Amino acid sequence: MTTLLTILFDGVAYGMLLFVLACGLAVTLGLMNFVNLAHGAFAMTGGYVCAVLVNNSGWPFFAALPLAFVSAAVIGVVLERSLYRHLYTRHHLDQVLFSIGLVFMSVAAVDYIMGSSRIFIKLPAALEGQFDLFGVGIGRYRLMIIAICGLLTLALQLILARTRFGSRLRAAVDDPRAASGLGINVPQVFALTFAFGCGLAGFGGALSAEILGLDPYFPLKFMIYFLIVVTVGGSSSITGPFLASLLLGIGDVAGKYYVPKMGPFVIYTIMIVILIWRPNGLFGRTAAR
Amino acid sequence: MTNPHDIAEHAQRSSRWRPAEFAFWIAAVACAVLFPSRYLIMTDIVRLALFALSLDLILGYAGIVSLGHAAFFGVGAYCAGLLALHGIINEPVLALLAAGLVATALGFVTSFLVIRGVDLTRLMVTLGIALLLEALAERFSNVTGGTDGLQGIEMQPLLGMFAFDMFGKVGFWYCLTVLFLLFLLARRIVHSPFGLSLRAIRNNPLRAAAVGIPVNRRLIAIYTVAAFYAGIAGALFTQTTALASLDVFSFERSADLMLVLVIGGTGYLYGGLIGAVVFKMLQELFSTITPQYWQFWIGLVLVVIVMMGRERMHRWALWLPRLVIRQLRLMKSPAVASGRDAS
Repeated sequence: MTTLLTILFDGVAYGMLLFVLACGLAVTLGLMNFVNLAHGAFAMTGGYVCAVLVNNSGWPFFAALPLAFVSAAVIGVVLERSLYRHLYTRHHLDQVLFSIGLVFMSVAAVDYIMGSSRIFIKLPAALEGQFDLFGVGIGRYRLMIIAICGLLTLALQLILARTRFGSRLRAAVDDPRAASGLGINVPQVFALTFAFGCGLAGFGGALSAEILGLDPYFPLKFMIYFLIVVTVGGSSSITGPFLASLLLGIGDVAGKYYVPKMGPFVIYTIMIVILIWRPNGLFGRTAAR
Repeated sequence: MTNPHDIAEHAQRSSRWRPAEFAFWIAAVACAVLFPSRYLIMTDIVRLALFALSLDLILGYAGIVSLGHAAFFGVGAYCAGLLALHGIINEPVLALLAAGLVATALGFVTSFLVIRGVDLTRLMVTLGIALLLEALAERFSNVTGGTDGLQGIEMQPLLGMFAFDMFGKVGFWYCLTVLFLLFLLARRIVHSPFGLSLRAIRNNPLRAAAVGIPVNRRLIAIYTVAAFYAGIAGALFTQTTALASLDVFSFERSADLMLVLVIGGTGYLYGGLIGAVVFKMLQELFSTITPQYWQFWIGLVLVVIVMMGRERMHRWALWLPRLVIRQLRLMKSPAVASGRDAS
């Protein structure tokens, strides 16, 4: 029973992390319909920025986290304005090729600058180890992740549903032409959203270095996970991707624990079955746009 | 052009062999004679060309974007490897066919999953299938050899007569022959009414269905055929390198394949072949400059191609050949040209 709860706890932490990593992609891919396979590269950027600041410059971990966000967001907005923006209306094949190209470049570039081995971020002592709660082992770091990511999710939901920017974004996604007719600066809204999504990925990348591992192949290794979160979760709201990432997190942790050798096999099978059953995702709109 | 007779004649004319095509194949054979020390890399190019031809059938002719075409390549590779390793089918040509058929069967089964859904779902499902097979191959490492791959494959002589040699001469001619035969078949397929209907589906599935083309059945058929081609390419890989490891399923292989096809251009069969030559040369060039980081430059090429626009790139690349051809035509028939100018 306690193992089950520990697995559940670890799975939730893992899922929350995946959500923060992938929710930017949920907007670009799910809402703006842009197949961005390079999303993991932004996460990797954040992770490496955080690692360099903490390990080499001696910054405290919590001060480096916002910088991971900012650096990934800045790179995101630069790339969006210079490259991505031209591809919004292009064929999916072009988008796939372009983003694969970016992934290859980022992998080789990080390999060149930082070396190919796995990198660890020095954590503050307060976050290490675990404590027992009714016999269930609770990792401190994972508890922090759940807290931070939970708050972030709430904030995101509020921003999307309650603020003026949220309604502008929803309008711009639903019908860009009508939205720009109403005076909404659609390209600006897209650029800001893209940058914010990249920033979140960078933030998630910094948080995930401890759990997922950080090396130059990060964007390739976790690409499929991000895509699963978005395609399985559907694109109607952020609750879909959120639930999907929780499911994926718990499923992956449980799979690795109970059937260690079949772990990835289970995940991929479930993904294919779900996509066959509901091509627009579990919580998606029923009609294809 | 509305007359059915005219359309048939037009289709027939477009399926006729052009001089440039003869020149292409003569050049391919000439390369083999001219560079006897480069058999290994040329074999590599030929195998890649066959694999790209396979992707062109579904991407260029049916418009299915696949991120997991390596699945069939890998299945073909492992089949050929296992057949040779356990001595089940010793004759390489028969083993090649058997491996191709296994890939075909897999292609047929998975085609039902792929034809459902929109572009994005297809991407995910094809990618998922390749990853699934990779996970399976890793899981059953007692059969596949795991990360070490199949070891100790020994190939029997081809047709009982030609033993595979160290320099790869036999391997090269074997691959080139297979490529040529399969190319003829593909050429026949895409110029048939079946191939024309595929193009209609690619351009507009809804309209194609409205004029009475059974869209799903056609897509299943071409996907299965493409799986056969990819399986053969994989089997050739194992047979000529005596090697099969987990990376036959890797995502990079599928991604590189797309680059090959995009360099060469989709939807005219030669795209994959030309793309394979250019890609391998680029790869050689980049890995001599930076042995470890050649992937960066490959990525850059992809980005540049997309930003420039695929059509524009091909227009630029073909500018010189077209100019030459036009000049030749003018020289050959000045009367016709001047007559056209007058009217």
